[in-house]
Amino acid sequence: MTATADAQSVAPTPEVGRIDSVTREQVEDLLYLEAGLLDDWELDTWLALYTEDCRYVIPCNDTPEGDPARDLVLVDDDHLRLSCRVERLNSRRAHREYPHSATSHQVTNVRLLPVEGDELPVLAEFVVWRFRGERSYSYAGRYHYRLRLVDSRLRVASKRCVLRMGSLRQVSDVAIIL
Amino acid sequence: MTVTHDPTRQLAASGPLVEEDLAGHRFRVHRSTMTSPEIHTMELERVFGRSWLYVGHESEIPGKGDYVRRPVGGRRVFMVRGRSGQVNVFHNSCTHRGAMVCRTDRGNAKVFSCFYHAWSFNTDGDLVGVPDRQAYGDGLDFSALGLRSVPRVESYRGFVFLSYDPDIMGLIEYLADAREYIDLVVDATGTPEIISGTNEYAINANWKLLAENSIDGYHAVSTHDTYFKYLVALGTDLAGGVNGTARALGNGHAVLEYAAPWGRPVAKWEPLFGEASREEIGRLRAELVDRYGEVRASRMADTNRNLLIYPNLVINDIMAVTVRTFMPVSADRMEITAWELAPSEELPQLRQRRLDSFLTFLGPGGFATPDDIEALESCQHGFHSGGVEWNDISRGMAREPQANDEEQMRAFWRRWNEQMIGETR
Ligand code: FES
Ligand SMILES: [Fe+2]
Repeated sequence: MTATADAQSVAPTPEVGRIDSVTREQVEDLLYLEAGLLDDWELDTWLALYTEDCRYVIPCNDTPEGDPARDLVLVDDDHLRLSCRVERLNSRRAHREYPHSATSHQVTNVRLLPVEGDELPVLAEFVVWRFRGERSYSYAGRYHYRLRLVDSRLRVASKRCVLRMGSLRQVSDVAIIL
Repeated sequence: MTVTHDPTRQLAASGPLVEEDLAGHRFRVHRSTMTSPEIHTMELERVFGRSWLYVGHESEIPGKGDYVRRPVGGRRVFMVRGRSGQVNVFHNSCTHRGAMVCRTDRGNAKVFSCFYHAWSFNTDGDLVGVPDRQAYGDGLDFSALGLRSVPRVESYRGFVFLSYDPDIMGLIEYLADAREYIDLVVDATGTPEIISGTNEYAINANWKLLAENSIDGYHAVSTHDTYFKYLVALGTDLAGGVNGTARALGNGHAVLEYAAPWGRPVAKWEPLFGEASREEIGRLRAELVDRYGEVRASRMADTNRNLLIYPNLVINDIMAVTVRTFMPVSADRMEITAWELAPSEELPQLRQRRLDSFLTFLGPGGFATPDDIEALESCQHGFHSGGVEWNDISRGMAREPQANDEEQMRAFWRRWNEQMIGETR
């Protein structure tokens, strides 16, 4: 298993008092930090932004409401599977991503929804550019985050990426992390 | 003895494309089969125009008026359950002046109305509405202006196929020995259904590379190292390895049948499934034994099947069941559509394991399929690199073919070659 790096030592996330006093700026700081870590392929550090009970889900293009317990989805990672994904991408044996693509994760239209329990739901739009070999691919869609405070730091409890593209024909696969 | 076929009369290449030397245990395929635009054009006619092609599964359209729309063999068609419950497949084109009458990928309809001039058709294709009908006088035979069915539609155990060749042999005869393997999959799942959520992706490689790859046991260990590492992280014991056989099934169909380390929701338990589902899996297995006897039940429950139905349908019954079809858009690119098949009644935790297994191994967001895509695109680049004229597909010719041999691919290529040089239909 991948050693969990300490996110704070590399790139501090905002320190926050209470989940219901989190500002959009603080959320944006977190999302931009995450995007930067993914683009820099700092995946161990990136994983440290996620809670131990996290979930990372991408439904199929034709079922944006897809429920991973009932429907086929593209990605449905808990922390263990996400660690395996990171380990795979860090190795030289994830052939589709060796060598790694150059990516640009762009996050906009960030909206904070009313706090639910100890979680802050956040919506944002994304465009992820992926360049590899002679080809370029772009993924567009909406992030559905649920953020939580762990030791006064914002952490990702869940991230659901709903793709806007009608299919994966133009991008071939989802071998990178969106 | 060297068996060569000489398709030079028809083909752009300057010699045989498929060469089999039985005495020398050598089987070669010319790489122009993967790159030539002329061969691609001929395939559309000679392979896809003269085979049975998978349309969809009957469970996708359970009720009258339910429909799905998709291209099959490169043509836009839709499949709809008609008024007496039968499955119809129509060319998606209005008989007036051409517009598509089915304009969403799935749904339910009593009537398909063409938005252009508002002609409308029922689910059996009959023309049932024409605005200002009197403008046509008595001369026009409206009953002859129904939607056009594709020439042939037949279904086997829920799998619906079409053919654009009106003279093709019946589906059952066509399936030949592949029937037995479809039976094994269907009988093991009881009432199978397609789960919602479709994998629609594409690979910049020749379609025949995916026919090969889908039934290629040889590449698993080398290409999918990270997937097997993931299984180990979950607690799967890989010690048993993969053991089995490869078999040609007639008419280009082929199968790998083998034992593998992973569990199967029907019905081979492994610790990963959790203690809670041990009993249920035991029960499912006992049911199969009751119904089909120990030998057949064990085959259903314990062994895996990678089944290729010539030319472009794959039913892989492994840690989950995939139904996958693919179609070239050019010599260098194919589009793939894949579904997951599962028993309609299934314990939630087994369904969860099945879904997990599918997306991690078979899905384009998983730990294996992206690497297959990379392998196929890498081959395609390699072909264009030139210098090497032939692919070698001889593995296992000198022995009883094993699951990591290439006999199943040779079966595919022999049939492909027959169709392309026009020896048989
Ligand atoms: S093209 Fe359909 S009604 Fe005219
Ligand atoms: Fe593979």
